[in-house]
Amino acid sequence: MNRIHTLFETKKARVLSIYFTAGFPALEDTFPIMEAAQAGGADIIEIGVPYSDPVADGPTIQDSNMIALENGISLKKIFDQLKGFRAKIHIPVVMMGYLNPIIQYGMEAFCQKCKEVGVDGLILPDLPMQQYQDDYKELFEQYGLVNTFLISPQTSEKRIREIDENTSGFIYMVSSHSTTGAKTGISEEQIAYFERVKAMNLKNPRLIGFGISDSETFTTASNYSNGAIIGSAFIKTVKDSKNLSEDIQKYIQSVVN
Amino acid sequence: MIKVDEKGFYGKFGGAYIPEMLHPNIEELKENYEAIMASQEFQDEFRGLLKDYVGRPTPLYFASRLSEKYGAKIYLKREDLCHTGAHKVNNTIGQIILAKKLGKKRIIAETGAGQHGVATATVCALMGMECTVYMGEIDIARQHPNVERMKILGAKVVPATSGSKTLKDATNEAMRAWINNPVDTHYIIGSVVGPHPYPEMVARFQSVISEEMKWQLKEKEGRENPDIVIACVGGGSNAAGAFYHYYNTPEVRLVAAEAAGLGVLSGKSAATTVLGTPGVLHGSKTILMQTEDGQVVEPHSISAGLDYPGIGPVHAHLFDVGRAEFVAVEDKDAMAAGIELSQLEGIIPAIESAHALHALNMIEYSKEDVIVINLSGRGDKDLDTYIKWGGY
Repeated sequence: MNRIHTLFETKKARVLSIYFTAGFPALEDTFPIMEAAQAGGADIIEIGVPYSDPVADGPTIQDSNMIALENGISLKKIFDQLKGFRAKIHIPVVMMGYLNPIIQYGMEAFCQKCKEVGVDGLILPDLPMQQYQDDYKELFEQYGLVNTFLISPQTSEKRIREIDENTSGFIYMVSSHSTTGAKTGISEEQIAYFERVKAMNLKNPRLIGFGISDSETFTTASNYSNGAIIGSAFIKTVKDSKNLSEDIQKYIQSVVN
Repeated sequence: MIKVDEKGFYGKFGGAYIPEMLHPNIEELKENYEAIMASQEFQDEFRGLLKDYVGRPTPLYFASRLSEKYGAKIYLKREDLCHTGAHKVNNTIGQIILAKKLGKKRIIAETGAGQHGVATATVCALMGMECTVYMGEIDIARQHPNVERMKILGAKVVPATSGSKTLKDATNEAMRAWINNPVDTHYIIGSVVGPHPYPEMVARFQSVISEEMKWQLKEKEGRENPDIVIACVGGGSNAAGAFYHYYNTPEVRLVAAEAAGLGVLSGKSAATTVLGTPGVLHGSKTILMQTEDGQVVEPHSISAGLDYPGIGPVHAHLFDVGRAEFVAVEDKDAMAAGIELSQLEGIIPAIESAHALHALNMIEYSKEDVIVINLSGRGDKDLDTYIKWGGY
C-alpha cells in the first residue's frame, strides 16, 4: 500500500507536509533536511525539484530554486542523493516540480526512478488534469505514484468534484489566489472558502497550502481540513540556519505543538 | 492541415500547461473568445480601430531597387507604418476590446524590448484601462526610451528581478501577477506563445496582415498568392500573421528567419529550431532552448524582439512537418541588411525585420518569383544599436 494512503488512514487531522527545495541551501543538504524534518515531526516531505522558471512560486522559492541550480542540482543528482533514503525515512515522500525538467529526464524513466528509490507521489503544478488523463495517468499508476492536484478559491465546484474523482491521495488546497509565500495570515474570505470545500464532503483528504507559516496558521488551516503544507516559511528557516538539524526540528515542533 | 485542435494543439505542440490557479481565467477566455470575435459588434470596433487608429491597411510596397538587386519581385508589407511602429498593436487592439467585453478592469502585459509594452500601454490609454507592464530589470536599463514611452502613456512599469531578468522572466512575472489577480485582470500576451487559446487568438488578430496581402497582391499582380512569404520569428506573432492565410496553400513557400546571434554554434544565439528541443515553456509544449536537465537557457540576439528561448507552438509545428523553411540569421548579417534597405529604399527597418530581409541571401528563388517580406517594425527604436554598430 502507498504510504500516503496509509498515513491518511491512521491520521485524519493536523497532518503536516513540509516542502523544501532540493540542493538548497547547499547541494548536499537534501537528505539531511529530510531526516531532520522527519525527526521534527513532519508527516509528509515534499521534495522540490528546482526549475529556472517556476511560475507558481513567489520570490522565496524562486530564489531557493536559483541557488540550488547554481549549486549544481539536477534531477539526476537528486535521485543520486535519494539512493537508499528509505533505510532511514519512513514517512511519505512526494516529488514536487514543474514539467519541463521531468520531460527532459523522460517521464517513464522518472516514474521508474521514483518507484525505485521509494517516492510515493507527485505534485506537478503545471500538469493540468486534462493532460494528466490524456498522457500520464496510466504511467503514474503503473509505478504506484499518487498524483496530487491543486485547487484554488476560483476553482468551480464542478471541477473540484472532477479533481476529487481523479485523485487518490490528497487534494492540495491553495489557500488564496496567490503565488507561494505571497501572503501571511488567514482572512475571513479564505475561511469561507475552506468551509465551502469542507462542506462538499470530498472523498479525498485535503491539505491547505500557501500562506501557512506558524502554529497559528497551521491550526486554523487544520480546523477546516486534514492539515497543511508549509513551503516558503520552511525555506526561510533553512536558508539562514547555522545548524540545520536543530533549527528544522525546533521550527517544526513550534508549528505542530 | 495546419490548424489548432480542440485541446489547443498544432500537431505535437501547444496545449495549456498551466497551474490550476490560472485554469478559470484560461477557461473563461477559451469559452468566450471565438464567439466574441465572431460578433458583428466586436468586428465593427476592431476593424474601425485598425483603420482609423492603427492606419490599416498598411501598404504592400513594391521595392523596385531591392528587387533589382536580388533578382525577384519583392514586396514589403509595411507593418512598420502601424501606429506605435510595429505590428504588435494589431493584437493589443483585439485583446483590449475582448478584455472589455469580458468585463475586465485591469490589463497586465510582459515586454522584452518594450514594443509590446508600448502597444499595450497605448490601447489602455485609448480605452481608459489601468495598465501594468512587467519588464526584465536588464531590459529596463537597455531600453530606456520605451520605458518612458509606457510611462508617458500612463502605464506602470514593474521590473522583473527574478531569473535572468529579461523577457522570459517578465513573462513569468506577468503570469504570477495574473495568479494573484485572477478576477478583474486580463493578461495581454504579446506573441503567439502561452497556453491555449493565446497562440491561436493572437495569430488571428495578426492574421489581418496576410488577409490584406491577399487582396493587395490580387490588385498588383493579379493573383492572391505570392511564391514566398518571409518573416522573422522570435515568439513569432508577425510571422503567424503573415503566414496565417497561406498555412494551407502549399504552393506558397513560408520562410521563417530566426536570430542566430553571434552564430548558431557561438553559445550566444536565439536560433530555437536549430538549438532547441521539445519541452514546456510558459504554458505550452513547443521547441525551446534548454540544458539537458531541462533548465531554460538565456538566448542572445542583437534584436531584443527575437531574444526569446522558445517559439510559438504553431511555428514548432510548421518546422516539425516541414511546412516552413527556417533560416538562422546572424547579428552582423541582419545589421547589414537593415543598412542596405535603408539606403536602397529609404526605409530604416527594425532589426527584427532586418533578419527577414537577410533571408533573401539564404534561400533559393527565381527572377519571376513574387516574394513578400513582412516588414514587422520600424527602426526608430533601434537607432542606438545602428549608431553603435556603424558601417553605414
